[in-house]
Amino acid sequence: MKSELPVVTSSPHLRSPVTVSALMRDVVIALLPALFAAVVFFGERAMMIVALGVLSAVVAEAGYQRLARRPVTVGDWSAVVTGMLLAFNLPPSAPWWLPVVGSAFAIVVAKQLFGGLGQNFINPALAARAMLMASWPAHMTAWIRPFDAVSTATPLAALVPKTGVAAQLPTYWEMFVGATAGCVGETSALALLVGGGYLLVRRVISWHTPAAFIGTVAVLTWVFGGVDGLFSGDWLRHILAGGLMLGAFFMATDYVTSPVTPKGKLIMGLGCGVLTVIIRLHGGFPEGVSYAILLMNLATPLIDRYVQPRPFGEVRKK
Amino acid sequence: MAAKTFSGGVQVPHYKELTEHLPIREGPRPTEVVIPLSQHTGAPCEPTVRRGERVLVGQKVGDSEAFVSAPVHASVSGKVVAIEPRPHPLGGEVLAVVIESDGEFAVHPEVKPLGPLEELSPEQIKRMLRESGMVGLGGAAFPTAVKVSPPEGKHIDVFLLNGAECEPYLTADHRLMVEHPEDVVLGMRALMKALGVGRGIVCVEDNKPDAIEAMKKATMPHSELEVAVCRTKYPQGSEKQLIKAVLGREVPPPPGLPLDVGVVVNNVGTAWAVARALTTGLPLVERVITVTGPCVAQPANLLVRIGTPFSSVVDFCGGFASAPAKIIMGGPMMGVAQRGLEVPVIKGTSGLLLLPEEDALAQQPQPCIRCGRCVEACPMGLLPLLLAAYAEQGRFEEAESLRALNCMECGSCSYICPARRPLVHAIRVAKADIMARLRARRK
Ligand code: SF4
Ligand code: SF4
Repeated sequence: MKSELPVVTSSPHLRSPVTVSALMRDVVIALLPALFAAVVFFGERAMMIVALGVLSAVVAEAGYQRLARRPVTVGDWSAVVTGMLLAFNLPPSAPWWLPVVGSAFAIVVAKQLFGGLGQNFINPALAARAMLMASWPAHMTAWIRPFDAVSTATPLAALVPKTGVAAQLPTYWEMFVGATAGCVGETSALALLVGGGYLLVRRVISWHTPAAFIGTVAVLTWVFGGVDGLFSGDWLRHILAGGLMLGAFFMATDYVTSPVTPKGKLIMGLGCGVLTVIIRLHGGFPEGVSYAILLMNLATPLIDRYVQPRPFGEVRKK
Repeated sequence: MAAKTFSGGVQVPHYKELTEHLPIREGPRPTEVVIPLSQHTGAPCEPTVRRGERVLVGQKVGDSEAFVSAPVHASVSGKVVAIEPRPHPLGGEVLAVVIESDGEFAVHPEVKPLGPLEELSPEQIKRMLRESGMVGLGGAAFPTAVKVSPPEGKHIDVFLLNGAECEPYLTADHRLMVEHPEDVVLGMRALMKALGVGRGIVCVEDNKPDAIEAMKKATMPHSELEVAVCRTKYPQGSEKQLIKAVLGREVPPPPGLPLDVGVVVNNVGTAWAVARALTTGLPLVERVITVTGPCVAQPANLLVRIGTPFSSVVDFCGGFASAPAKIIMGGPMMGVAQRGLEVPVIKGTSGLLLLPEEDALAQQPQPCIRCGRCVEACPMGLLPLLLAAYAEQGRFEEAESLRALNCMECGSCSYICPARRPLVHAIRVAKADIMARLRARRK
């Protein structure tokens, strides 16, 4: 004891066992049911896309940090999460280079150039998706049917009256389990709910954003989404369709790019829901989830500035 | 009835099983004690004895004229061998009276019981609290006589006895409630009488069922007393959080005090010490501490004389089980890390905690991932991530406008941060700067 001096640091001297990498690893675990569903419905090509997305993200992060002479932080699992989410947002028919280019862009341009984890203000996976959408729209909207990989429209495209595609709509059940056309990781509401539930139980995310997001979409599409006037919308189809579950549980909840207070998280979910519905019902694209989240990412600093907790003992004036 | 609680805070592991069932034992008989002349919040004392003088147990060795202060007393009989600056467990060196024990522990002849509580006036109790050097034993060591003398115009209607003991590892208050519930109640009633308060509530966390049981029994004969069960959550023992949980009242931000909402809070250890002072006449010369942690050979709850060096306490507990990498006075959440074992037990020492290397290594901080956990954990409703970021950038004025001074340094934010950011540390730096500027402005 005399030989080695005791460590003198300031309190607290206890730290919670939950670290950044433990949280990120939990997100990866929570994404596995959706990956499993993707492989069931779209075959091994789904697996390929996810593997390439993750690999590219990790290599890009390690490579960039090496070149920039910064500490390599791929051990925190955040690149793995970004790679998975990007791949989940691609069509199953995507060529092999799409996840590779997308992940590399997500990590290098949308994350590292802003200063790395914690500094980026928009969700890297969604930024990359938007970039791919703008650069290779054909590849990004080539949908295939589950099981037999025949080209088709997504249920959301079929849902929008003005596109005129009165195509055969999948049943609620098919949409719930995920046996419909769509992005690799977004079709199975069931699998995403299992994963989202896991994140809630493990307290990795709080309920505020997903509940507000999904709730808002349900209410607004019910009120405004029908062809027979107000309150005739098929809200259930709207919440099961497209990237809503994936977005609400896994992307709008991204720590770095969403508000830090519980009230702010509610506003985040609400805003995402409103924007999603506006884009779905009135925008140029059938799907609005990812743009809605990106827009709310931009609004996050503002939300954090104005939505602050009430300091203990203070009486709110005004 | 549901256990009472507050918003924010964190679930921390207790680690109380090491000592929670061990009865309080008489501690070491030190050969030398070091009595710092400042062991409390307020003005330091001047020595009232000279080098070479012989002193007896309970004899005053330092006092001050200031209102907010508390005298200090000899805890052994023997010779004053030095009055010199000595290392203080709260940091730095502080003038201290060093007494070499003659091994007799002879008590000063003026030490006499005051008589039954029923016959004492509030003024007599207050004088006794002052003369016995009584301070809050929960940690902040605020002079008790001052605490029970609220300024004119403040009406106090409830007295809370804080038995939450929410710091992990510590069990001294728990044991006092289980072993000496009647004394705790006596001390509580004395404090209430001094204050002239008609309602008293003993607050205990629900992880101490035996203490709840004992206190319920001991308060039974007194219709003005009740027991409130609080949910086990850190920092339930913080005054403001306790008042919120039990009474639903919110103490205004600093300089707001509990008495602004009609409440005075004292801790269980203090009440017990008050009872001892009443029944024996002895001033505050010893207290109960928990000696614990994986590196202590025989963890224990000990009655220790103020001024006993930490090293004697550890030796009394069988020495080290393994070499400690961190020595902490107090609990792991708010305790103060020590450079060594030569410092003495003071009035505010609630425990001595020895942690091994795996608990002591500073973890490398990572960038903040904005997860919001610190915001949810902060019981004061602050934004620790922003406060700390401003503090680290030296933007203290912005930290001040975000209420840095409301931070009570409970450590919940740093505990929960997955990126291991030293949040409280940074906020402390900001607070020190803000306070310094406030003082400069006032001058
Ligand atoms: S900011 Fe201060 S009061 Fe809030 S959790 Fe951190 S230490 Fe406690
Ligand atoms: S807990 Fe740590 S990582 Fe999370 S927001 Fe607070 S400072 Fe940032």
